[in-house]
Amino acid sequence: MMEKMIFGRYVPAQSIIHRMDPRSKLILIFLFVCVVFIANNVYTYAALIIYTFAMILLSKVPVRFIIAGLKPVFLLVIFTLILHLFLTREGAIIFELGPITIYEEGLRQGIFISLRFFLLILMTSILTLTTTPIEITDGLETLLGPLKKVKFPVHELALMMSISLRFIPTLMGETDKIMKAQTARGVDFSGGPIKERVKAVIPLLIPLFVSSFKRAEELATAMEARGYRGGEGRTKYRQLSWRITDTMMLLLLAALSVILILLRT
Amino acid sequence: MNELVRLQDISFQYDEEADYALKGVSFSIYEGEWLAIVGHNGSGKSTLAKLLNGLQYAQEGTISVDGMLLSEDTVWEVRKKIGMVFQNPDNQFVGTTVQDDVAFGLENHGVAREEMVDRVRHSLEKVKMDQFLDQEPHHLSGGQKQRVAIAGVIALRPNLIILDEATSMLDPRGREEVLDTVRELKQDHQMTVISITHDLEEAAKADRIIVMNKGKLYREGSPAEIFQMDEELVQLGLDIPFPVKMSKLFKEKGIPLTKYHLTEEELVNELWTSHSKM
Repeated sequence: MMEKMIFGRYVPAQSIIHRMDPRSKLILIFLFVCVVFIANNVYTYAALIIYTFAMILLSKVPVRFIIAGLKPVFLLVIFTLILHLFLTREGAIIFELGPITIYEEGLRQGIFISLRFFLLILMTSILTLTTTPIEITDGLETLLGPLKKVKFPVHELALMMSISLRFIPTLMGETDKIMKAQTARGVDFSGGPIKERVKAVIPLLIPLFVSSFKRAEELATAMEARGYRGGEGRTKYRQLSWRITDTMMLLLLAALSVILILLRT
Repeated sequence: MNELVRLQDISFQYDEEADYALKGVSFSIYEGEWLAIVGHNGSGKSTLAKLLNGLQYAQEGTISVDGMLLSEDTVWEVRKKIGMVFQNPDNQFVGTTVQDDVAFGLENHGVAREEMVDRVRHSLEKVKMDQFLDQEPHHLSGGQKQRVAIAGVIALRPNLIILDEATSMLDPRGREEVLDTVRELKQDHQMTVISITHDLEEAAKADRIIVMNKGKLYREGSPAEIFQMDEELVQLGLDIPFPVKMSKLFKEKGIPLTKYHLTEEELVNELWTSHSKM
């Protein structure tokens, strides 16, 4: 079950978005975050919504996965909306009941800002739903490549990420095993007051830490035995390939920003 | 037979420990042989493996591999010649998928990408794991993971494979899978194999056995010679393989067997043909 929580994010499918180079997806998201801020009226937001929904359609990811991704942030979006609704005091009054007054500008701002939020989350969900974690790691490694010149440990960071990804299921399995072992010894993980439950986690975490350190040491030995000596002189097996679609997608985003600049007031 | 590795008066001591892990050990490993190094826990057998691969350096004595003296300057060359498979299948799986893991060693040695693709395919075919290219490690059995580890080793085309207790965490089926794979590789590619183990059953199939005890080389010989030691082996904390035990008991009962049999098959063959001779 825990496995699903983390890896359930990626939805395998054959779509244009899935086949895109992770680098172009990352660039696209980064630029989209900036482009969203150009929008400031109904037309520009409409354009953004159309673009985002077009992307969702292209990704062929079932809507329920996208909704599942939105759930945890839904409250935040509502909260933003309410905050703007009550705190902005500009424009004409459109609603008044006792101490509550809602201004036109407040409604407008509230809707726009939560919409902005909403669209950003949708786009980032598309990224994580259509790209495997390891692809994202590869993409980041190449995109951050130039930072090596200023001694930023790009390769080490990427290796750390990929090893963590590889060990998540292993450690999940181990947690499960320790949990069962401790349950057999009488530890109750499910019931009781919060204080008791927090206490119950200790006999779970300590063995997990100990074994993780042991694993780390063995892994380091194995890596050294296989000739690992840092990023220098290393070749790469995984290959990223930039296709025409990647360029097209970026051009599409450029077109969108031109439209937004023309339509904004 | 050509000498591939030579150990000369090796002594080694771990930091903070009074006793020597290895004391004055010398022997040679010959090309194309299967050498089993046996001994109970703490006999120094695993330390030996680490020294051969330059993961530790001996305080005294020298190791030469294929004519090269092992030192900090030559260690990377030596590691290309000596591949190692470790005990825990999980803790040596570096890549996120099977093919990434096999490629890891190749990447480290800067092999060009086109050749990597070739060698990854090829090595996985040899260990019969080529159907699992994109499989993630947590979906594989222990035996499968060890076979991937072997593929990672042979992709680098070493002269020597060291199996450091590589089968001790596997179930009997996984153990057979791994040993069969190594046996085939040895036959097809004249690979030299060192298996470090406390399982004498596994050692019985080697060409030569070295028994380690308390950091010293206790005895060296063919499996038949070593199993003559009998009770002595038990005193060293090793368990005599079942067929050997059986042969011994038969002899005690006065049933004439031609020799101590090392494998079940041999023993069964002699037993079922013995009646007609009597």
